[in-house]
Amino acid sequence: MRSVLKRVWLWFDDRTGLSKALGPIMRHPVPPKSGWMYVFGTATLFAFLVQVATGIALATAYNSSTGEAYKSLEWISHQATLGHLLRGMHYFGASAMILFVGIHMIRVFLTGSYKFPREVNWLSGVVLLALTLLMGFTGQLLRWDQGGVWSTIVAAEQAGRTPFIGHWLARFILGGQTVGGATLSRFFAFHVFFIPGLIFLVVGFHLYLVIQNGISEPPKAGRPVDPKTYRAWYQDLIQRRGVPFWPEAAWRDALFGAGVIAGIFVLGWFLGAPELKGPPDLTILKASPRPDWYLLWYFAIMAQLPHGSEAYLILLLPLLAAVVLILVPLVANRGERSPSRRPWSIAIVIMIVLSVGTFWVAGKHSPWSPDFDATPLHAQIIGSSNSEVVQGAKLFHEKACEYCHTIAGQGGQRGPDLTDVATRLTPEQMTIRILNGAKNMPAYAGSLQANELNAILAFLKTRDGMSR
Amino acid sequence: MNPNHGEDASGAGRRKFFARLSIGAGAFGALLVAFPVAGFLIAPLLRGIKERWRPVGPVSNFKVAETVEVSYEDASPLPWAGVTGKTAAWLRRDSDTQFTAFSVNCTHLGCPVRWISDANLFMCPCHGGVYYSNGNVAAGPPPHPLTQYSVRVRNGNVEILTGPTPIT
Repeated sequence: MRSVLKRVWLWFDDRTGLSKALGPIMRHPVPPKSGWMYVFGTATLFAFLVQVATGIALATAYNSSTGEAYKSLEWISHQATLGHLLRGMHYFGASAMILFVGIHMIRVFLTGSYKFPREVNWLSGVVLLALTLLMGFTGQLLRWDQGGVWSTIVAAEQAGRTPFIGHWLARFILGGQTVGGATLSRFFAFHVFFIPGLIFLVVGFHLYLVIQNGISEPPKAGRPVDPKTYRAWYQDLIQRRGVPFWPEAAWRDALFGAGVIAGIFVLGWFLGAPELKGPPDLTILKASPRPDWYLLWYFAIMAQLPHGSEAYLILLLPLLAAVVLILVPLVANRGERSPSRRPWSIAIVIMIVLSVGTFWVAGKHSPWSPDFDATPLHAQIIGSSNSEVVQGAKLFHEKACEYCHTIAGQGGQRGPDLTDVATRLTPEQMTIRILNGAKNMPAYAGSLQANELNAILAFLKTRDGMSR
Repeated sequence: MNPNHGEDASGAGRRKFFARLSIGAGAFGALLVAFPVAGFLIAPLLRGIKERWRPVGPVSNFKVAETVEVSYEDASPLPWAGVTGKTAAWLRRDSDTQFTAFSVNCTHLGCPVRWISDANLFMCPCHGGVYYSNGNVAAGPPPHPLTQYSVRVRNGNVEILTGPTPIT
């Protein structure tokens, strides 16, 4: 039996020349000691392949009709055999792709691997980063629940800020004047055919460049890149000390990649994908759209932009990020590669990771959102039986003050905590603020009766921070 | 094969011609495919804005000074649009004959604003936008007042003129 298979393979290989063509590519010499730092690119690729496989499986049951998609997703999530696991793996596969594309980029930046002659490797990677984020956004939208359908509107609004063609772009995204029958199939086609097709193309190009330019050797302080001599030096290095990629370096990629897939499987099995958040009914207005975790930081930035600037920054920020990423290998393609000689590269990475992390945490809490679920304050918190104070506490909830202000740990976080406001502001100052409002607070002059204002003041005057 | 075969003056011209012919033929084929594909995708942009008056209930359903959510069918929903073929609006009866209809979309990024009747405010759940009862911005990032739809009363019914999702 084995000999038959072997003969079939020999015949096939003779007629196709596969091992002659691919063997040298698999065994192409790479610099020695590339180590575990070099596994994140393949980890991203492995996660992408998980996405392709699980995505095809999901597409066999997903109904991309705007009216039916939600039902098909409910069926996949709750009834179909292994549907829960597939959706979970697709979700955590997306998470892994975004995580590792980021780590891979940081590694390439820190080790200066984007320098001569690998500038285009980096540029094609920037394109892949953008495509990965687009996949993340269009993917969470295909869930086509409340969050998904409002995401299309948020996307259209953002595109609408583009000068001159903004309205056209917005209509293009919605597939018409409003969200409707054409919207979801559009996103489905982009998420399933167009963007993945581009990713295949650019990944192919990216890998071709990795072979063409060779894997960058681990950097060494005091060994700068000089475009005049680098290629000859690198050729000499791999001819003298190179090791075959397969299997000397590939085993780490394979091992780490398998670990990533195992992680995706375990998380998908035990945690699963986010639960569906109600049908895509735009007339249900009690919705609080939030992006998935990997875009929460961007959601937070949108809330924190200075008033007035956001009309421009909504577009300029991503554009600026793209320009900076494109410029990196063009303006700094030579010189030291070792991070120990490039302290600024470490500072930049720390700064970006900290900023994104901070915005991410902020997005998770979103203190700028009113707390619609705030309940009326308990008698214990009010701590007074004075009827005006009690009335003021009631109004504090009814007039939505509590949606944005915390008292004794209860309420929203948009405005200052008012637990001890009486120790900070005089009744006159409170009156001015309540009636006139502020940048982030409505003016209540037009909607409060004099007796209501007095009751609220009476209540606030008792807020001295003492526990009652 | 001799790569220099025919490499005289006329041969060079011949090859140049074939090269251009091939590129031209390829471009022509690509254009033929691109025309229906691109046209199909941008067709929704070229269609004029359809507007239609949609009834949202008899006048007697609405109390003066009250703001309530109404929903109605879009101008021409596709048959498979399902629940997404509907749009909601905040409708207030200002007087016996006067109505105002506000879009539910926050002018910041389009999230659904909620009417908090006791506070007389519209509040957005996404980035903290707040509007007064007349739709003017009261707080937060929204750059414009809430968009309004046209309202009329016909035969005792309140009707709203459908419009595109407001893009600000």
